[in-house]
Amino acid sequence: MADGVKPRVKVPKKAAAGDVITIKTLISHKMESGQRKDGDGNLIPRSIINRFTCDFNGTNVIDVTMEPAISTNPYFEFEASVPEAGDFNFTWYDDDGSVYEETKPIAIG
Amino acid sequence: MNFKAMTALAGALAISAVGAANADPDDDTLVINEEIEMVTKTAAPEHMEYIDEIMSGWHFRSDETQALEMDDFDNPGMLGVESAIEAWDTVEGSAGKACSDCHGALEDEQMVGVRAVYPKWNENAGEVWTLETTINACRTDRMGAEAWKYDGADMTNMNALLSSISRGMPVNVAIDGPARETWEKGKELYYTRTGQLELSCANCHEDNYGNMIRADHLSQGQINGFPAYRLKNAKLNSVHARFKGCVRDTRAETFSPGSPEFVALELYVASRGNGLSVEGPSVRN
Repeated sequence: MADGVKPRVKVPKKAAAGDVITIKTLISHKMESGQRKDGDGNLIPRSIINRFTCDFNGTNVIDVTMEPAISTNPYFEFEASVPEAGDFNFTWYDDDGSVYEETKPIAIG
Repeated sequence: MNFKAMTALAGALAISAVGAANADPDDDTLVINEEIEMVTKTAAPEHMEYIDEIMSGWHFRSDETQALEMDDFDNPGMLGVESAIEAWDTVEGSAGKACSDCHGALEDEQMVGVRAVYPKWNENAGEVWTLETTINACRTDRMGAEAWKYDGADMTNMNALLSSISRGMPVNVAIDGPARETWEKGKELYYTRTGQLELSCANCHEDNYGNMIRADHLSQGQINGFPAYRLKNAKLNSVHARFKGCVRDTRAETFSPGSPEFVALELYVASRGNGLSVEGPSVRN
């Protein structure tokens, strides 16, 4: 696991059924591109988050393939419609095999 | 012809020469987390001779960059604040103390307002101290821990934390009394041209704010928003690191972060923002 990785998610606590809500996510990660060289001229190996997904009650909301040109601390903001109460599951996949997960419940009301 | 009229004329000429590149500050209102109302434009403090209205650098940025600062979740500078919150309660050094052992839990709000009055005269040391100097004195003298690098990440994060809890309060550094001499030195530096390009701070940030410098907008060079998260290097930047960058860009040998020259300059530049809200960690490009 890369150093200092911490996922953060912002989801409203509740919404009316059928509402479209805005979800914000940010994960702290250095996103080393694999193109840079260190002081001695050696290539710094690539280390990025290569995939991000969000599911709601088992249904996929968004599935993103991420590439090395994406900046440090990747931030995603997107919308989802909420048909029922349930859990949003967020997953980030690291190049080194680590998987970071976060869950946020949402109520109908 | 007085000085201000000359500046206006030069500005008009520049605009007609390059076409209508609009780099003027906007009139947006900065409210953070829909809660903290910020003063980003106000009357200039009395000691300033050539500017009537002082403005936060926030006004000179694009709407997208501005928006990043309006919600802590979107503000990447808050990542630094979070890591400093951990450091606040971390015991370090031979005395077995953490920051919180003397200064209390952050929720106790003992440190609220501290950022707004630094740099500040320190009676025991007989000199002006920046927040960084003070933090390192705490670390070495009270905690028995190693000093942090003056403009390193740990130090800048802690500065961002102390700034974040003072957001919305007016910058209010004292320039009278024993600090006056240092302030005068800072003023001297502000108006001294440096480097092969022979530029002083004032040439850009007083005479030409609102104009373009290459593809970027020149602000008034206010430091109320520091530490600033810069999109160009994706990290929090300290005031002295920014000073160093500016002096370097005049093609001069720069002073070092933490040097007496930069401490004096920080006091002077901070005093030019007396009245603006503490805004750090801000987001700039």
